[in-house]
Amino acid sequence: MRVARVLLAKVGLDGHDRGLKIVAHHLRAAGMQVSYGGLRSTPEQVAEAAREGGADVVGLSFLAGGHMVLVPRVLAALARAGLGRVMVVVGGIVLARDIPRLEAMGVRRVFLPGTPPGEIVGFIRDNATAVSTEGVAT
Amino acid sequence: MTANFKGERIFTTDSGIPVKAVYTPRDFPERDYAAKLGAPGEYPYTRGVYPTMYRGQLWTMRQYAGFGTAEETNRRFRYLLGEGSTGLSIAFDLPTQLGLDSDDPASEGAVGRVGVAVDSLADMETIFAGIPLDRVSTSMTINATAPVLLAMYVAVGERQGVPAAKLTGTTQNDILKEFIARGTYIFPPQPSLKLALDIVEHCHTSLPRWNTMNIAGYHIREAGADAVQELAFTLANAVAYIEAAIARGLAVDEFAPRLSYSLGCFRDLFEEVAKYRAARRLFARIMKERFGARDPKSLLFRTFSGSCGSTLVAQQPLNNVVRVTLHALMGVLGGHQAIHTACWDEGFAIPSQEAATLALRTQQILAYESGLANTVDPLAGSYYVESLTDEIERRAEAYLAKIDAMGGMLRAIESGYIAREIHASSVRYQQAVDSGEKVIVGLNRFQSEGPGEAPHLFEADPQVEARQRASLAEVKNRRSRTDVKKTLQQLERAIRQNENLMPSVLDAVKAYATVGEICGVMRGRWGEYRPPAEAR
Repeated sequence: MRVARVLLAKVGLDGHDRGLKIVAHHLRAAGMQVSYGGLRSTPEQVAEAAREGGADVVGLSFLAGGHMVLVPRVLAALARAGLGRVMVVVGGIVLARDIPRLEAMGVRRVFLPGTPPGEIVGFIRDNATAVSTEGVAT
Repeated sequence: MTANFKGERIFTTDSGIPVKAVYTPRDFPERDYAAKLGAPGEYPYTRGVYPTMYRGQLWTMRQYAGFGTAEETNRRFRYLLGEGSTGLSIAFDLPTQLGLDSDDPASEGAVGRVGVAVDSLADMETIFAGIPLDRVSTSMTINATAPVLLAMYVAVGERQGVPAAKLTGTTQNDILKEFIARGTYIFPPQPSLKLALDIVEHCHTSLPRWNTMNIAGYHIREAGADAVQELAFTLANAVAYIEAAIARGLAVDEFAPRLSYSLGCFRDLFEEVAKYRAARRLFARIMKERFGARDPKSLLFRTFSGSCGSTLVAQQPLNNVVRVTLHALMGVLGGHQAIHTACWDEGFAIPSQEAATLALRTQQILAYESGLANTVDPLAGSYYVESLTDEIERRAEAYLAKIDAMGGMLRAIESGYIAREIHASSVRYQQAVDSGEKVIVGLNRFQSEGPGEAPHLFEADPQVEARQRASLAEVKNRRSRTDVKKTLQQLERAIRQNENLMPSVLDAVKAYATVGEICGVMRGRWGEYRPPAEAR
């Protein structure tokens, strides 16, 4: 099994990326290939970076309430780029009632504040490359 | 608390400074009193910036709020003024902070969300309708677009017949910390710094009572810095602004008295109090020795302190009431001029009204029931607190020397050094939490079953965005296109000739040019900043 490639992104105008950087640190420490393009990426930039870097996983972080507007846009941009099967996970401040809605859109997992980094690493390790291998085969 | 290689327990502050079991006069000899402490209100101001501190005047209880449209903010402000408040504080939404109009596709989902949406002067006129600007002081949390919002405030004043010279208030206008922590930068560091100084210079001539900058450590701490880094980087930013203002030909005593500061309240009570005391002393020394300031007002590290939201925990959220009480206690023992207390439900949403009231009541209980305000700097003379104050000062100074050796704060930011230092601390902290070495009650220890989320959550009104777009469209129809075009061209010319942009921005806002249009002209000349990979 090859190393998972994870693209982490901040989409929209929210400037909080401390948590995302912590997650990046732990994923790297676990041997994954991680890239983060900085604040305020557009959904199109995320899709482009995912395509270019051959991402297995896209991790999005939201701490200012933009997730219900922005997640569908990122998913649409990924689909347009032919990356509909890339696993998308979300982290940050998400109200409980939004979690099933995000999952219904296609988000694989929502990580709330206080989630131990090990749990995120484990989830991505267990699920990422499997999805992508399948994706490559089709 | 951790263990050394012999397996002995090591006690440290929250930022990792070693703590001994007992402190004695050897840690703070009586002979050091005059040089290191002195009287409150006197150099080096360790004990406080004013002689009588809270006996003369209690700290300002400044609660940060704002959401929705200009009409809603106006109603809120009038209510607050009716209740006897004289200080207003405006939170702006992210599009306003980032120079985007409400009808910009990038603004969707963010209009009126974390603050009020301001597109043009019309919104500012609505916010202050029926509020005479010579009778209130207004604090604006605005940075990259501060010149535009300040110009709007000045224009509202003019229309009310209040001259700029009479306006009082504060623009945060601390762009350097946006690059290292808060993230609402637009332009590259160099033109950003120029804009920030345009305000300093313009206020010196036209708004002498305006607090031109609030140089903030709070956001640096929230980004993961420890207490020493928070202090050091805040002061390094201050040094960068002061040097740049002097390079423009201003004398230090002409502008330094109008600079103010803010620091966060984190977890470790004694460390935080020591940080505030070290900050006052170190700052006064820098101003006196490095910049030759003579006016005592230039030496004062006047501060606003705020509860660090990141110390709040979503699990068992009512515990946050206790944490916030400790934040306020640190703020009061630390001698701040204004204190903000967070709301216990901040961890998951815009605070509810009840939580906001409780946060204010917390401060009032400390102020009126606890006896805390009866004497100045009550922790002075504690062997531990004095020793910790010295240690934090020493460590912060070492950082400042390192940044100077790199060629100053702008270089240290651009090279990614500051971001790396903060990230390293943030990772260390998180590891200590994950390992359980650092205890967070309800999160990694003393967890309890059951729902962690608060029952009453503020709901953002989905109609706000549509209403704001409609009112922007109306403004665009009503205004003179020729005037907008003319004033924006004039702004473009002023940028090319490297003039102070405040007069041109003022003309443009009076013609109802929007925040997005004005910043669009600046983007055209300066471009937008993307930090290099090593600074992300």
